[in-house]
Amino acid sequence: MKFGEFGGRFVPEVLIPPLEELERAYEEIKKDEEFQRKLAYYLKHYAGRPTPLYFAENLTKKVSGAMIYLKREDLLHSGAHKINNTIGQALLARYMGKSRLIAETGAGQHGVATAIAGALFGMKTEVYMGSEDVERQRMNVFRMELLNAKVHAVESGSRTLKDAINEALRDWVASFEVTHYLIGSVVGPHPYPTIVRDFQSVIGRETKRQIIEMEGCLPDCIVACVGGGSNAIGIFHPFIKDKVKLIGVEAGGEGIEKGRHSASIVAGEKGILHGMLSYFLQDEDGQMLTTHSIAAGLDYPGVGPEHAYLKAIQRAEYVTVNDEHALKAFVELSKTEGILPALESAHALAYAMEIAREMEKDEVVVVNLSGRGDKDLEIVRRELK
Amino acid sequence: MIDRALITFITAGDPNIKASLEFMLALDKYADVIELGIPFSDPMADGKVIQKANHRALKAGTRIKDVFNLVKEFREHSNTPVVLMGYYNPVYKQGVERFVSKAKASGVDGMIVVDLPLEEAEEYLAICERYGMGTIFLAAPNTGEERLRMIDEASSAFVYLISLYGITGARDRVSSLAFELIKKAKSTVRKPVAVGFGVSKPEHVRDLIEAGADGVVVGSALVEIIEKYGEDSAYELEKKVKNLRSGLVL
Repeated sequence: MKFGEFGGRFVPEVLIPPLEELERAYEEIKKDEEFQRKLAYYLKHYAGRPTPLYFAENLTKKVSGAMIYLKREDLLHSGAHKINNTIGQALLARYMGKSRLIAETGAGQHGVATAIAGALFGMKTEVYMGSEDVERQRMNVFRMELLNAKVHAVESGSRTLKDAINEALRDWVASFEVTHYLIGSVVGPHPYPTIVRDFQSVIGRETKRQIIEMEGCLPDCIVACVGGGSNAIGIFHPFIKDKVKLIGVEAGGEGIEKGRHSASIVAGEKGILHGMLSYFLQDEDGQMLTTHSIAAGLDYPGVGPEHAYLKAIQRAEYVTVNDEHALKAFVELSKTEGILPALESAHALAYAMEIAREMEKDEVVVVNLSGRGDKDLEIVRRELK
Repeated sequence: MIDRALITFITAGDPNIKASLEFMLALDKYADVIELGIPFSDPMADGKVIQKANHRALKAGTRIKDVFNLVKEFREHSNTPVVLMGYYNPVYKQGVERFVSKAKASGVDGMIVVDLPLEEAEEYLAICERYGMGTIFLAAPNTGEERLRMIDEASSAFVYLISLYGITGARDRVSSLAFELIKKAKSTVRKPVAVGFGVSKPEHVRDLIEAGADGVVVGSALVEIIEKYGEDSAYELEKKVKNLRSGLVL
């Protein structure tokens, strides 16, 4: 139920029974062959798994250091890793007899992936999105609406992901009898961080098999971006017991010293929000701070409790990359490899390029390219002007 | 702490701390317990009305220490019990012991922490017991009997029954779930029980007390007045609480 002292279930009493119901159902489907067969079927034939592990030869030459491999989650249906989790949880919701899905979304990637799962499995879908994000990501709102989901613009608080989660929770306390709350990252009360991690761990399992096939050994280092932390946990988890360096990259925004960033592990303090004990960006009274990142998907003042734990036991290392460097990496990958990465993934890429330069040529760095950059073209175009 | 009690809620610092003291004194004329919300950036169990109140209070610069000072000042005028209601992070951030001891020293009689269920409350309970701080845990219509017993055990002041599935906010009618829950609680819980969420009219107060509640909590219906009248809400609040009180003698 906890990761060391982190995680837990800090929720209003009314949510205790639905969380217990979810936990029981999840334990059942873990052992249910029919469920697992269905999940594997949709991941393969619908979402497009396995995704390639690609040796970025041009980029490696340019950086002139360790070999850089990219785990191509950007090639999945919907354009990001989020669908691994939404297909899993939507099947779980159906197993529990729920007819309605609700979700929060920041950039809109998880909202789109939930809407896709809702359309696929014939479930009513409603997505909460901060009104500021609705403005920033108009196309994703339209995408969700085309997929038959209803998008609610959230006007409260900072009008971003944090407030969208608050609003989804408010919906859930009134609707849990028929509704599954499909959380999009490894955050929230127990058992969500575990469920989402398990559904995303397919990324790391494939990576392990593929790198052994291609290089005959495990990678020296794995780098992934961390907002809530689902793509990072997904690729880290199968390697936790191995001798592989794990690095999570948080959004440094305009720079940690300027205060406008989203680096909850690097610069935050222990606190409690959205049902979990973890690291949060907050003031001395425990009020949550507004965050900033060029990548809307990293714009969250907290982080998944398992990352907080991996940091505490020093199994993973957490660093920051600021807006400017992420943008540079975005452009670099586009030019050298013909791949437009999501701005979120560009944070991981920027850091990987930096450390690869200092490593030996026979060493291997794997970057989780968690999503594609099409959704960010407006922002990138504006920033490059 | 409660027996046929009218419990009135406002958010501390809404629209500012000075006004809050005036409002508490106005409520005090007809209320048996004053419940004071600790403003929080992310009030996830609250409806629009109280969300906005939290926002107004924080925008006015309300700090946790201001809330303690507010209670201290109120204590110079009144002995009416004051209960703090809030979310766990501001308590956790100060340190549970520091928070509870300061609250106690300011004259706070009890605390409700919305997002702190029993499983996570071990340290909090021990500290509240040590400082003689009343504890109030919530129960919902879907809370089973065994859990209700544990909540009763952990609540030294009273048990707060949530009348419905949902968030705070005034409603036209009291949900039938409330009456079922009172019935269930009356046969299980030994401490007094108060019912809240959705209560806004004297008839609601009357019906709930008749059904066996020891106290009734009114929040959003009062905060709506503050939303409308701002700093000048004292008179309207007093009128509303007087009106609600009539439900106790109907």
